Amino acid sequence: MKKIAVASGKGGTGKTTFSVLLSKVLSKKYRVHLIDCDVEEPNCHLFLNFKEEFSEREDITVFTPEIDPEKCDYCGKCVEVCRFKALLLADKTFIKFDELCHSCKGCIFVCPKGAVKEGKRKVGEGFFSEIHKNLFLSFARMTVSQARPTPLISELKSKIDKKADFVIFDSPPGASCPVVEVLKDSDRVFLVTEPTPFGLYDLGIAFEIVKEMNKDVCLVINKSGENDFLIEDFAKKKKLEIVLKIPFSKEFAKKYSDGEIDTDFFPDFENKIFNLDYSH
Amino acid sequence: MKIAVSATGGSLNAQVSSVFARCAYFVIVDSETMKFEIMQNPAEGMMGGAGPEAARQINDRGCRVVITGQVGPNAQRALESFGIEVVTGATGTVKEAVENYLKQK
Ligand code: SF4
Ligand code: SF4
Repeated sequence: MKKIAVASGKGGTGKTTFSVLLSKVLSKKYRVHLIDCDVEEPNCHLFLNFKEEFSEREDITVFTPEIDPEKCDYCGKCVEVCRFKALLLADKTFIKFDELCHSCKGCIFVCPKGAVKEGKRKVGEGFFSEIHKNLFLSFARMTVSQARPTPLISELKSKIDKKADFVIFDSPPGASCPVVEVLKDSDRVFLVTEPTPFGLYDLGIAFEIVKEMNKDVCLVINKSGENDFLIEDFAKKKKLEIVLKIPFSKEFAKKYSDGEIDTDFFPDFENKIFNLDYSH
Repeated sequence: MKIAVSATGGSLNAQVSSVFARCAYFVIVDSETMKFEIMQNPAEGMMGGAGPEAARQINDRGCRVVITGQVGPNAQRALESFGIEVVTGATGTVKEAVENYLKQK
């Protein structure tokens, strides 16, 4: 099994386009599991034949403390230990700040009375769907008020199709914790960028993180055209391979806006993908 | 009664801070004697949870009123649970803010 992460410094660079293209093409020969890790705005399913009614759906929950008033003597140790300040004790009433709680269970650990019980708090929903017999998709949607995507990403990662030859992670945009959470388990990273000064800037940030994590990385240029030299210069300096260029095409963009990512559109694309060296 | 005022500096003449949880200081004024003490806000630089933490510190000092510019939702909830009165929209110096509050009583 090869685990591939598709990432970019920010959103809207063609990360999803490439993830879907790669998954579709590889699934012609291999068993592929595409995991959309952008739990704030999942969108891969919009470009695949995803039907919610035919998919498995589950609630994703995290630990939340529940205090048993029978056992609690209001010593306040749980409040003291919580470094995220998610618990307060006002007289004999507990106040919980759900969005501050990191589910670290410190409060369970420290309570001398065994009064903190395992509660569950729903943070989102997960979906798993068979697109066709060789292509599987999972993604999750975060409940709006919940501010931390990482638990949802770990949940998605814990349910990888064991028979898959390729697992493709479509990383969340940006360069923070959720991205690191995705990258740390991947064998190879494709950084998708656009040949503009902004694209180059974001690429620089993303590259630093990937390098820091010691990952095998290569580049994909989306909307490739006359300004490709911007990225090519960067690639040369950092000794990176540009493995693919997706040319800008009006027709492709039109199909894209209609929710279609057409693998037949770029004739030599398939060969290139199959000829990529995944053995790293 | 003790009143906590969020402030940008550690004196009665300091400006009221427009934020509650992440202000630099709390000036705690006793409305009977007008004596005051200064507390550096331990929650100022916290990544998360500054609201509940600042509220807890103020409650521990026995304050019953908070005067500030504005309060975030977490701090609001925490202060309410402690039964602390919250006065927002205050400007000017700490002294003026306390005097205004006491006048309106
Ligand atoms: S540590 Fe346990 S006993 Fe003490 S206040 Fe918390 S829940 Fe109650
Ligand atoms: S699980 Fe951790 S973060 Fe949540 S309330 Fe308990 S100690 Fe605080």
